[in-house]
Amino acid sequence: MTATTRPAVPALAPPATAPAAHRARRAARRRRLTACGVLMAPFFVLLLTVFLIPVGTAVYLSFYSDDQPGLGFGPERTVFVGLRSYAAVLTDPTFLGGLGTVALYCLIYIPLMVAGALALALLLDSGAARLRAFAQLGLFLPHAVPGIIAALIWLYLYTPGISPVIDLFARADITVDFLGVHTVLPSIVNIALWSNLGYNMVVFYAALQAVPREVIEASVVDGAGPVRTALQVKTPLVRASIVMVAIFTLIWALQLFTEPMLLSQSSPMISSRFSPSMYIYDAAFNRTNYSLAAAASVVLLACTVALSYGVTRFTGRADAAEEAR
Amino acid sequence: MRTRLLGRLTVNTVVAVSVLYTLLPVLWLLLAATKDRDALFSSDLLSFSDFSFGQNLGDLFAMDGGLYGRWYLNSLLYAVLGAAVGALVSVACGYAFDKYRFRHKEKLFGLVLAAVMVPQTVLALPLYLMASEAGLVNTFWAVFVPVLFNPFGVYLGRIFSRGYVPDEVLEAARVDGAGELTTYVRVALRMLGPGLVTVFLFQLTAIWNNFFLPMVMLSDQDLYPVSLGLYQWNSSASVSPEYYPVVIMGSLLAVVPLILAFVLLQRFWRSGLTAGAVK
Repeated sequence: MTATTRPAVPALAPPATAPAAHRARRAARRRRLTACGVLMAPFFVLLLTVFLIPVGTAVYLSFYSDDQPGLGFGPERTVFVGLRSYAAVLTDPTFLGGLGTVALYCLIYIPLMVAGALALALLLDSGAARLRAFAQLGLFLPHAVPGIIAALIWLYLYTPGISPVIDLFARADITVDFLGVHTVLPSIVNIALWSNLGYNMVVFYAALQAVPREVIEASVVDGAGPVRTALQVKTPLVRASIVMVAIFTLIWALQLFTEPMLLSQSSPMISSRFSPSMYIYDAAFNRTNYSLAAAASVVLLACTVALSYGVTRFTGRADAAEEAR
Repeated sequence: MRTRLLGRLTVNTVVAVSVLYTLLPVLWLLLAATKDRDALFSSDLLSFSDFSFGQNLGDLFAMDGGLYGRWYLNSLLYAVLGAAVGALVSVACGYAFDKYRFRHKEKLFGLVLAAVMVPQTVLALPLYLMASEAGLVNTFWAVFVPVLFNPFGVYLGRIFSRGYVPDEVLEAARVDGAGELTTYVRVALRMLGPGLVTVFLFQLTAIWNNFFLPMVMLSDQDLYPVSLGLYQWNSSASVSPEYYPVVIMGSLLAVVPLILAFVLLQRFWRSGLTAGAVK
């Protein structure tokens, strides 16, 4: 019995017996899997060393602590302390305060960002805007400014004496303190918004460009005005992008570190434990309390995963409801 | 007709105001870089009577024994080399995810996507402890290796591979008897070019922006990237104001490479954003 009738075997292959063809196929498959392994290996080595092991280490550290028995004499030893570090973190008012600060920050920042970027993308997509390419480039420019430098620029624009903004307000007899108790959080929101608005606008704009023109023409024929077309026809069609932008914005917002860290150099309103990330840094590198820092890290990680999952589930359900209608 | 005109006016006003909002701070940085310390504090931005751009530039590279030039080279090395290696690693992995079949593939891909979610601040302490165990704290490698890891690049790599490399091409190469890896290097990688550039650019930006990791890992000023160096100089500025003009000039120069990269590689990253947005 020969295998030459099989279409899978190339016509030029020499006639082979069934086991030989089988063997050849297996060899080909093995070759492919080897190649696949070689191509994937570098990434997965990195995944293991700079991601899985560190996450595992963080979890491990959060359950253990360095204790010095007998009044600090004798050798240091690592002991299992169970949930003690978690209890310490979750009852620490400075950590809870930091969580609250970031929650408030997210509540202000994320809606502003998503709505602002989407609105700008819709305006640029509407056809009414002039100089579209220039506007896009201008809006995108802050993305090329590193976070720490964006924070530096705005810090100077918030600093009395240097800032032309404060100077302008002063000429109108208005005193503003951008780094005061109630203004420091909005000031940070402003920095983040400035940095990322244009980038997300480009993401939305790209998605809007992919909307079939017939759909929009149909809605115009139906008598919908430009505003209704934008909000009721285009916006639902780019929902996937909106979800993606919201999740990425959320993940980044929860890590809030660079901007408050820099502003804390000039504002007494920002403590060294202003946000959870700053709390982790402070616990690990100023107080060298590794188990506390690790427990705080795990809590922050859990919050991030839970919230991202929540956003996906929530929007997934909304999608299902939309389709059921 | 009148409402339409009004609509157009509103649209253009809103867009113009937004563009001013994004452009003016950068313009301020440019103008402030031309001022000496006294002019900086007099808030008189538009008078060019005391134009000291060259003076500031000289001061910047002379400050603290020319540390800034050192930082700049470090940043370039971390970012360009790191992004190049990182992009190659991620795209190869994404390509393999797209073109090969094996068991539990989608679960493994889920793990890669989950890695996107994990905050850097969570990884920093364990990474620091691991690096200190390996004797790598305060070395080039402590900052260079972790930034190579880019799970989002794998995601993009898979999408680009599906879009740019038709399966028929691989089949044809196999029939010709070419090895799998040879095919990848000689055929697929060339087709993946635009995707590779996009991933490179995203990673270049991320590494150039990187601040937390160097801050944790490095204590030797000679190894600092620009971001950390300027942070440190700015903290000195409140005590010794002669740092203000150099910090401003240093910030201006630190913005240049990314703007250049984005302008030069414009047509690539636009396609990359689209791929990321539509899926």
